[in-house]
Amino acid sequence: MKTYTNTGNKDTRSGFGAGLTELGKKNENVVALCADLTGSLKMDEFKENHPERFFQVGIAEANMIGIAAGMTIGGKIPFTGTFANFSTGRVYDQIRQSVAYSGKNVKICASHAGVTLGEDGATHQILEDIGLMKMLPGMTVINTCDFNQTKAATLAIAEHDGPVYLRFGRPKVANFTPEDQTFEIGKAVQLTEGDDVTIVATGHLVWEALEAAKALHEEGISAEVINIHTIKPLDDKAILDSVAKTGCIVTAEEHNYLGGLGESVARVLAKHNPTPQEFVATNDTFGESGTPAQLMVKYGLDSAAIQKAAKAAIKRK
Amino acid sequence: MPNIQQLEDLTTQVRRDILRMVHKVNSGHPGGSLGCAEFFVALYKEIMETKEGFDMDGISEDVFFLSNGHISPVYYSVLARSGYFPVDELNTFRLIDSRLQGHPTTHEGLPGVRIASGSLGQGMSVAIGAAEAKKLNNDDHIVYSLHGDGELQEGQNWEAVMYAAGNKVDNLIATIDVNGQQIDGSTDNVLPMGNLRAKFEAFGWTVVDIEEGNNVEAILKGMSEAKSLAGNGKPVCVLLKTVMGNGVDFMMHTHAWHGKAPNDKQLATGLAQNAETLGDY
Repeated sequence: MKTYTNTGNKDTRSGFGAGLTELGKKNENVVALCADLTGSLKMDEFKENHPERFFQVGIAEANMIGIAAGMTIGGKIPFTGTFANFSTGRVYDQIRQSVAYSGKNVKICASHAGVTLGEDGATHQILEDIGLMKMLPGMTVINTCDFNQTKAATLAIAEHDGPVYLRFGRPKVANFTPEDQTFEIGKAVQLTEGDDVTIVATGHLVWEALEAAKALHEEGISAEVINIHTIKPLDDKAILDSVAKTGCIVTAEEHNYLGGLGESVARVLAKHNPTPQEFVATNDTFGESGTPAQLMVKYGLDSAAIQKAAKAAIKRK
Repeated sequence: MPNIQQLEDLTTQVRRDILRMVHKVNSGHPGGSLGCAEFFVALYKEIMETKEGFDMDGISEDVFFLSNGHISPVYYSVLARSGYFPVDELNTFRLIDSRLQGHPTTHEGLPGVRIASGSLGQGMSVAIGAAEAKKLNNDDHIVYSLHGDGELQEGQNWEAVMYAAGNKVDNLIATIDVNGQQIDGSTDNVLPMGNLRAKFEAFGWTVVDIEEGNNVEAILKGMSEAKSLAGNGKPVCVLLKTVMGNGVDFMMHTHAWHGKAPNDKQLATGLAQNAETLGDY
């Protein structure tokens, strides 16, 4: 079984910051907007290098989204930065009308998604954002798994013409994808080969899926792990090809099972190849305060939960 | 010097367009549209510097954003009669497969429109973004926007008002259509606006009043003054006092025609008060 090495824990938001810094040097049309969370979003370096292209809007997210939409008129490529909660739920109508319906080339970059935001608790831990964003026509939805992939995705979305929601997180997690990777929007990455069960994971759950596959392997179960960094457009073919071989699937995400990756996968399977599916996701609930690791365990978002789901899926074949 | 008679003739024709458009589909918003007819004519024919044709980026030209998108009839009429698309297309307003959606949008590719609007309160932020992009592009043209007075009840406006002053967005001229009416009644009854001049000034804007907002000459004078005040470190707000439903006597001074179309008889009365000048579409 192919294994992956953690080159050292790093936060995905720093991957975004590093990508933005590089974009700032590479593309003079890239502008960055922030709603009073420059440090949290790791946008400091861009701000320092390009003060004229950095726009501090204050605690006014609705205005930030509108300004970003307006800046595309004149050829700019705006990257907005704030927490996932304030990037989506708080500004849904602004994104819907001024960005998505208007077809504006705005990159909505959202940190601190999910329960791994930790101690701040449920007011800030959005678990509904993937659903909100994927329902908007024309919106691309990406949830990256580690530092390297988040950096690569940040660079890639600048080249994509159209609105994008890029979701990442707060805690330091395993960094295991290649440093020099090319990020292809909408293209799943197969991480391990297996015959017994397909595990499709996104965001922080990808590393957990790899850990689960390792443990399952020791029990004689062979799991095919696929990193779905792009939830929309979904790589239908990668999923269908894999389940044709394995006959069952687990979806894993740091999000409510309603509206998340799991439902997108279920739609594809229901239409083309109905397949037993187990969902690793939050169970229509809000989060709470705690450390990210504690919350992952309590809300069933860890390697153990994925192993359990894999066995349940196999049993249903 | 602009030919005032020509502008007034166009305004009359625009009023006819508005009435006929909303009558045909028995829906749409004639009241606010009629109230802003003179403003749109003055803006597109005299005030704004625009290029031939239309490109989304609007580089090296003035651009305009309509925030209160429900007054699309006046917008469409003046865009068509300014050459952005065929005047005949006004026939398709609100019909299936039309580029002239109930509320303006870029989605169907209608030339002249740069943002969707309709859900209120978003246009000032968008205008600020376009103004900031102009500054980055060293483009010294102006961004104009129009907002309803009732629309100022949406909080996002005040985020935008604060931002524009705090960041010296002085290539922005935001006009407020002060007609004192909204769907449920007068603004004073629904949610009093207070002193708009004092509010904008307190936020750090320069304010220009146009007391006769349905008089083309007064609009030209006020907007020229606003233009001369741009580039001085402050955003400019124009308080345009208008009469909702202007030019059609039974629609004036009431909120009743905010979003209601005239019937056949009412249309005939309205058209009789506005004789054809440039030819109906």
